[in-house]
This record gives sequence, structure tokens and C-alpha cells, in this order.
Amino acid sequence: MAKRKPKAASLEASYEKWKKTKYSRAETDACLPKKAFTTVSGRRIKELYTPADISGFDYLRDLNYPGEYPFTRGVHPTMYRSRLWTMRQFSGFGTAEDTNRRYKYLLSHGQTGLSVAFHLPTLMGIDSDNPLAKGEIGKCGVAIDTLADMEILFKGIPLDKITTSMTINAPAAVLWAMYIAVAEKRGISPKVISGTIQNDILKEYIAQKTFIFPPRPSMKLIVDTFEYGAKEVPRWNTISISGYHIREAGATAVQELAFTLRDGIEYVEWALERGLELDDFAPRLSFFFNSHNDFFEEIAKFRAARRIWARVMRDRFGSKSPRSWWLRFHSQTSGVSLMAQQPYNNIVRVAIQALAAVLGGTQSLHTNSLDETYALPSEEAVTIALRTQQIIAHESGLPNSIDPLGGAYFVEALTREMEKEASDYIKKIDDMGGMVKAIELGFPQREIADSAYWYQRAVDKKEKIIVGVNAFEMKHEPIPILCIDDAVARQQLARLKDVRSSRNQARVKRSLAELKKAAADDLNLMPYFLDCVKTYASLGEIMDSLKEIYGDYQEPIMF
Amino acid sequence: MSSKKIRVVVAKPGLDGHDRGAKVVCRALRDAGMEVIYTGLRRTPEEIVNSAIQEDADLIGLSILSGAHPILFPKIIKLLQEKGAGDIPVIAGGIIPERDIPKMKKVGIREIFLPGTSTQDIVSWIRENIPGTEKK
Repeated sequence: MAKRKPKAASLEASYEKWKKTKYSRAETDACLPKKAFTTVSGRRIKELYTPADISGFDYLRDLNYPGEYPFTRGVHPTMYRSRLWTMRQFSGFGTAEDTNRRYKYLLSHGQTGLSVAFHLPTLMGIDSDNPLAKGEIGKCGVAIDTLADMEILFKGIPLDKITTSMTINAPAAVLWAMYIAVAEKRGISPKVISGTIQNDILKEYIAQKTFIFPPRPSMKLIVDTFEYGAKEVPRWNTISISGYHIREAGATAVQELAFTLRDGIEYVEWALERGLELDDFAPRLSFFFNSHNDFFEEIAKFRAARRIWARVMRDRFGSKSPRSWWLRFHSQTSGVSLMAQQPYNNIVRVAIQALAAVLGGTQSLHTNSLDETYALPSEEAVTIALRTQQIIAHESGLPNSIDPLGGAYFVEALTREMEKEASDYIKKIDDMGGMVKAIELGFPQREIADSAYWYQRAVDKKEKIIVGVNAFEMKHEPIPILCIDDAVARQQLARLKDVRSSRNQARVKRSLAELKKAAADDLNLMPYFLDCVKTYASLGEIMDSLKEIYGDYQEPIMF
Repeated sequence: MSSKKIRVVVAKPGLDGHDRGAKVVCRALRDAGMEVIYTGLRRTPEEIVNSAIQEDADLIGLSILSGAHPILFPKIIKLLQEKGAGDIPVIAGGIIPERDIPKMKKVGIREIFLPGTSTQDIVSWIRENIPGTEKK
């Protein structure tokens, strides 16, 4: 130790000397504009990183080996050498039949997991025949009203072999119940099915805004799924704690990191309050991050996320099981970074972002399609997106070595910086009384809106360049896009009508009444949701019954 | 007339909750000296039209990313006309396929701003096209 100090000091001195005599002179000689070099999040980046930027760095403490605490280099000892990340394209549109066909197409072209996009009425817990659903049926995802739709959606897909992720939040428990029911009807035990429900309501209040009930009853429903899953569906990830939407709403990389991990802490606290055993549910917590344009900042973000979570679980919560310390995450390339102008350029953006996710050690990945600023992706566009992942996996050589950027001065300094800044945010939210309180105060919402506005102004002033948008502009021909025709709505409404008239109404009524009573008595609602969906009660009927007990939520309006 | 601040009602019809664009535009218009009333999420056509009339809006800005614009935009225009407020101009932004733009303009949407539009372009458009705005 005595030796190291003078070395770092002399290094700093030699760096200063280099900067003054060589770099600054060269800068002046070349007449370089005095601009700030910043990331897409506005983080200042130095001209060069050296060992002085990671002084005190301790390999075993800060990085350690893959699969070893604090997992900075990855959660698995072998990472992509034993198994590539799961290529999981988020998809859903039109009717259950349309989407079932797309799933079979994707699986036959080498996709290795499913990811369901539901249409907005399903996300909002209303049926397709609700007047508010007019114009929305099958547009942003697949229309699911009852178990009958879910049976068609997964027809011919081996639920015991494939893993399925479902992007569903406010009504997540109900859609999960439908999935379990489909498996049971096919003789597949809930003990063997595997997948993820997003089920992350906090980021809905913070960013994506598909909430239904107020925060507190919503949190109760989520803890119900933790409790039920740990016992009955042990291979299921009952939550995907998501930074993706927080980032899309305009957050910086650090805000995404901090708010997501603080959401994770909030879920753990609520589950502990219920009396659940930490190491029973914690291994099933999973995460979901955005992979944005700023390559190194994103890689550092993923690495910092693993390190912070490991420390939070072990030290803050006293978890004894290393499985609970793992931060496993899905990632998706950034939707907001895609541009309507010269849309083929989006293929390149997606490839860069996908590289960052893989270098960051993601467990699964969705690559966006080039046409998504216009509509849901066409089959051709989604194929290019999937091929992008396959090229990275099989041609780039990236999977050969684990965490290949580990130890780079720049990457380690950034990882450390982001860990520090995120921890400060987490502390601030702790001091507010937790994330539910912070949301009620509008804190994360305001921070994100500020960042979004800062970025837009930077683009408007051309301080941030977007190719094809505020520089290098040119006319482009319209590209072919997917169109959802009106037949989808007609088909969906006909099926719903059919289901409503052919089911046993008395059973439906009884199951809904029992659900309401259980909600009023504050019981775990999962078994009741299962009973309801099996009677072919619709999602809207189930959610309306709960609204009578929980009420609904209107957010404070601010901009 | 020329010193009157322009009043803009910014509204989000449809079920999507993507309010980043709407909020950024709200701030940009406010910073450009306009009065901005933001309705919040998931407003029905009736709510939007009522709020524009109550607020005596000079302009309505709609933001939608759900794909329901072919149903909702014409409905909003029709309701405005029915309530004698057909003179309030309506502009829109969001995820709107290029092939829908002529149809939407024919229905009566004055201008559509696609992703990548500078907020300055929206401000300039309003200054040039909305009578009674602060012409110096």
C-alpha cells in the first residue's frame, strides 16, 4: 500500500503535464472548437482516462470474477460461452390468431423466447367492446379480453419448453392467471412453466402511465404475485423491474439506473412487510433496462446496476442467498432514439445499442425494428432486427470473452461514477420515505420531465446532433409499414360477444363476487383471479370488480 | 389584439400514456410566451372539446401515439363543429404514418408534426398561422 500512493500521485502529475504541454497545445494548434464533450445524458467526458481515474481500484472488491460477488462482470461464471442471451422480440398485434402466426414465424427463424405485446385496452384493463377501446383494438399489440383469446394466442406453442415474457402491469396478475390456466388446460403443471410478467407498477406512475388503481392497492397486488409465485409457479419471474420506460420518458442514464433500483428496493420492502421470506422471492426479481445510443455510458450503467443491486441485497437487506444478489436483466434498444427521417439509419442505431447491451452482460435482448417510429414492425423489419442480434452473436466474436471491457480505465471510471450518482439518488428517495412517497410528491416525474426538456433543447440548438434530423437531412421515400385493418376490431368484437353468450353466467357472477369479497378482506387474490378467468370472465369485468374496492387513480397534471 | 397571449390546449386523446412529447411541447410553448393548458392523459374527444371551449383556446394541440388517430381526430373535429367551435384550429403530433396525413388534413387537422420536429418549428408555425398571436 505504501508503494501505491506516490505512484498514483506521480501519475496524476504526469497526466497534468501531458495535458498542458501536449493535448492543450494540440487543441489550440488545431483550432478545435471549445465544446463540451458530453454523453447523451449530459455527462461530461474527459479527453483521456488513466489509472489515476480509478485510484484505489481493487479487482476482487470492485469487479471479482463472473458469477462472484458483486457480479460487476456478469452473474454467470460462463456467460455467453455456455448460453447466448435469449433473443426475445417483443411482439403482438391484431387478433390472437395474427400474433400466434407471428410467434410461429419468429420461432422458426431462430428466436428463442416469446414476448407478448398487448393492445392498449388490455394494458388498461378494459374490454374491446368498451367505448374507450374504439380505434385502439389490435393497434399497439394483441387484443386479449378472455381466456378464449389466450388459448388461441399460444395454440401450438410448447409452453413447457418455451419461456414467455408478458409486458403487462396494472392487470398483470389477471393475464398471468390466464397463462397459467392455458397451461393447466393442456396438462402442463404451473411448476414447470417459465417466463416473466412485467408487473412493475411503480414505473407506470413514474413514466409509462398505464396505471389503473392508486399506488398502494397496486403494490398489494404485486406482493400477491410474489407470494403465489414462490409457492406455486417457482420458475416464473414475477416482476421485471423496468428502467426502460423511465429512460424513454426522458430520464438520463443515471436517473434510469437509480429510479429502477429504488423501485426494486421498494418492492422488497413491501414484500418483507407482508412477511415473505427474503430469499424465497428475491431470486425471482428480474430487471429490464434500456440500451441507448451512448455506447460506453450504457455499458457502465449495466455493470453498475449489477454491483449496486448485489450490495443492496447483501448489505442493506442481509440476504444470505447469492441467488438473491444477482441482477439479471432484459434489455431493449431505445425506441426514442429511432428516427422517422431516413428510417434505414435506424438499423445502425439498433446495432450499436445491441452491442452495448451484450457488452453489458444482458440476459435477453429485444432489438427494435427500423420502422417503429411509424407503426408496429413489418415482418421484414423485424427480421432485420432479429438478424442484427444473430450477427452479433455469431459473427462479431463478442461472446468469446466475458466482460471484455472490464478493466478499461474509462469504463471502470464511468461505472464507478454512475454507481456513486445512483446511490445518491437512492439515498434521497430513502429520505423522502421511499418510492411510493416520492411518486406521490411527483419527484421522479419532475426529474424526468426536466431531463427530457433539457435534451430537446440541446437538439433544437444543435448541441446534440441527430443524423438526418438536425444535420445531414434529405428527403426519403416512404417505407412499407404494417397496417392493422378494421377487420381486426370486427373479429375481436365478434369473439368477445360469442364468449359472453356461451359461458355459464352464474359461475362468472359468483367468481367475480368472490373476488370482490377477497379483495375487501385483503386476501391474496391470485387463486381468485384463476377462478375468474377459468369461467371466461373478461379482463374488463375482473378489473371493474376490483375498481369498486380499490378505486382508480388520476395523476397530478404537471409539465 | 396583438398583445394577447395565445392560449393553447394540449391534449392527449387515446389510451396511450406516452406523454414525453406532449410535456416537452407544453414547456416549449410556455417558454415562447404562450399560455398552455395541459389536459393530462387519456382524454375523450368530449373532454378535449369541452376543455378547449371553457378555456377559450386559440389552438388545440393533440398528441397521440396509440394509432387511434383515424377514429379520434375526426371525432374531435366533428364535435368542435357541432358545438359551434369549429373555428378553433387543431394541430397534432405523435406516431402518425405518413400515408394518414392527407386524410387527417382533409378532415380538418391543420398541421401534423412528426417525430424529430424541432419545438422551434412548432412555435414558428403557430406564430405564422394563428391570428391574434403576439405579432411584434
